[in-house]
Amino acid sequence: MERGPIESLVHRLFAGLYGIPVLGWLIPIVLVLGMVALAALVLIWLERKVSGHIQSRRGPLHNGPHGLLQTVWDALKLLVKEDIVPSSADRLIMLMAPFVVFTPAVLVYVVMPFGKGWTVANLNIGLLWVVSVLSLGPVGIILGGWGSHNKWSLLGGMRSAAQLISYEIPSVLALGAIVMMAGTMSMDGLVAAQDQYEFVLTPPGLIAFVVYLVTALAELNRNPFDLPEAESELVAGFVTEYSGFKFAIFFLAEFANLLALSMITVTVFLGGWQPPSVLFFLPDSAQLPGVFWFAIKTTVMVFVFQWIKWTLPRLRIDQMLNVCWKGLIPITLGNLALACVWLLLTEKSWAR
Amino acid sequence: MGPGIDSRDYVQAFIFLIGALVFLLVPLGLALLFRPNQPGGLKHTTYECGEEPIGSAWFRHPIQYYLIALVFIVFDVEAIFILPWAVQARALIREGLGLFAFTEMTIFAGILLLGWYYALRKGALEWLK
Repeated sequence: MERGPIESLVHRLFAGLYGIPVLGWLIPIVLVLGMVALAALVLIWLERKVSGHIQSRRGPLHNGPHGLLQTVWDALKLLVKEDIVPSSADRLIMLMAPFVVFTPAVLVYVVMPFGKGWTVANLNIGLLWVVSVLSLGPVGIILGGWGSHNKWSLLGGMRSAAQLISYEIPSVLALGAIVMMAGTMSMDGLVAAQDQYEFVLTPPGLIAFVVYLVTALAELNRNPFDLPEAESELVAGFVTEYSGFKFAIFFLAEFANLLALSMITVTVFLGGWQPPSVLFFLPDSAQLPGVFWFAIKTTVMVFVFQWIKWTLPRLRIDQMLNVCWKGLIPITLGNLALACVWLLLTEKSWAR
Repeated sequence: MGPGIDSRDYVQAFIFLIGALVFLLVPLGLALLFRPNQPGGLKHTTYECGEEPIGSAWFRHPIQYYLIALVFIVFDVEAIFILPWAVQARALIREGLGLFAFTEMTIFAGILLLGWYYALRKGALEWLK
């Protein structure tokens, strides 16, 4: 078959130019970045709307229908704002911080199963990749706090460090119980392991789900764990000295993380892109594409996170640490034992 | 994908890393063109709600933060060791080695809980009043 020059170039870009599938490698990152940018715009608007309605006010209203364009104008405004750096600050570290905060939020999406066969790279260490990449975010927050040379920023950064490293442990241990039941760490494998019922419907899965929800709130710096940027105590925490688009990047990263953690919760506990097992009486539900279910479940999880944030007051730092070290860690270790018992009960070969 | 490692997957991850950095550099570069730049005056002072900052912000910190970080390292390494065991747990039970797997992890987690109890009694997890 004859191909025109452009057509053959496109074909070669897909199939491999000198053995490198250029488009095959570039399309996923472009799609993911587009999704993150769009999601951040929508989620910031949603956050303000949800908070408004929870607090008996209306939220953004005037720019576009229901204030939908509010975030767009906000982003444009931040783009043309002067970039003010305090003269005593460490300029390089302050510039690095937004990059270090945002990059992990994008790297998480490498292993995300958006739908059936819709994973960018199905790493066999998927869940470990998620945990380790997400733990890089706090480094950026500490860099921002340190580089700003401001007491508010530094206190916010230090609090954030204490909080995030503490809550990482129950988070990993809660996921450990799920890994035991699934027998794999690959994200596709975790979804496939839930083809009968979601892990949240099993006793160890339910405990792990609740613990993971709490740790996710802590990792997102959301109420009741918003000590790193507690407005009424620390002005704006680690972002106090930031202005212009660097300031915007921190919020972009925050909402990229919110979306990522919602997607992880959906994948690990709620069956990923498969239709919910409680809808088994709807035979048609399996006909809908997996991306549809994934999007619905993710939206619900995002709303739950926002709902919790705007309902609960803030914890004190010693309470925050007590919840983790004296509450969640013993619970998750006990949950691993419970998962052992559950495995023995469900494993049919136990009978022989 | 099987149990093998496909290095192309990690190239993909590296491309994501580069893509994220480029994604941030583009608007920052655009902002350079649009934003005003009028340095000088009081706006470069450290913001402390209008007060003159006293001393440097790079001061000594409560030891508590470092204690938490030290205990964290112990538990984080342990979490990494639990995950490979967790992947194999079901397979081990299937092969009839369930008791072995369970005893092994009980000993491991037991030593760890002992360390946790020690840190608790020593007050490493108490915030200074």
